[in-house]
Amino acid sequence: MMDKTKKIATYGVMAALAMILSYVEMQLPAFVAIPGVKLGLTNIVVLVALYKMGYKSALFINIVRIIAVSLLFGTFMSFAFSFTGGMLSTLVMILLKKSDKFSAVGVSVAGGITHNIGQILAAMLLLNTKAIIWYLPVLWLSGILSGLLIGLIGALIVKRIKFMQ
Amino acid sequence: MDKKSKIRYDIILIIGLLVITVIIALAVRLTQKTGKTVVVSVDGVVKYTFPLDEDIEFKIEGYEGGTNYLVIKDGEAYLTEASCPDLLCVHMGKISSQGQSIICLPNRVVVEIRDDNENDLKEYDTIVG
Repeated sequence: MMDKTKKIATYGVMAALAMILSYVEMQLPAFVAIPGVKLGLTNIVVLVALYKMGYKSALFINIVRIIAVSLLFGTFMSFAFSFTGGMLSTLVMILLKKSDKFSAVGVSVAGGITHNIGQILAAMLLLNTKAIIWYLPVLWLSGILSGLLIGLIGALIVKRIKFMQ
Repeated sequence: MDKKSKIRYDIILIIGLLVITVIIALAVRLTQKTGKTVVVSVDGVVKYTFPLDEDIEFKIEGYEGGTNYLVIKDGEAYLTEASCPDLLCVHMGKISSQGQSIICLPNRVVVEIRDDNENDLKEYDTIVG
């Protein structure tokens, strides 16, 4: 159990890291021409927090990140999208981590997919259209690929990082 | 659980998810038909409809004064210009199959291809008549 000051500082650093990665990702213009196809760089931070700081910290850092980024650069729509996707994926990642059957890579892949599914659900509700389901296969596949990449990077960081225990 | 079996579960998970991708993609592809009508909605409300087989150019008035230029040409619908900063909708390309759509989030514009309901309308007419 780390002392309170160190804990607060670590939360702050992690939330700031997640925010800056969100911003970096926004600067990659139309990475692919389909909305929702993203690298999900912030998921590295969530993954590391999940493994190094615990379930509650991962959830908390992600909520802070989503609110802060939406206030700074977003709209209500973008907030609703990232909140639905972010919460769904974080919860699924926590469940898979708890099951203790998968490594960080598997956890990250599941997180990548559920993030995209959450965003599609939010879009279907907010835009009141079913047409968007057309993108499901593309977003599903992109979720697997980006989740795999982020999971490999995250697993390396989790292995190497020494502080925060 | 030890590391090796975790990696094995990871691989099973990823392969399983890839198989589901193929199934979803096939399901979408098999149920796809060439549509006949282009339906434009703004903020969830249907605003305009156009036949897909007539070439037109049209300026869509989106949410809070945003605009998108809709072009229907050779049985395909696409957006050429938009007031939004990211222009994702323009990059989304041409659509012609039933259920396909182009979405511009900043302007809350959804351009969707639907099958027209001519048969339903005719039925309705005979009942009324």
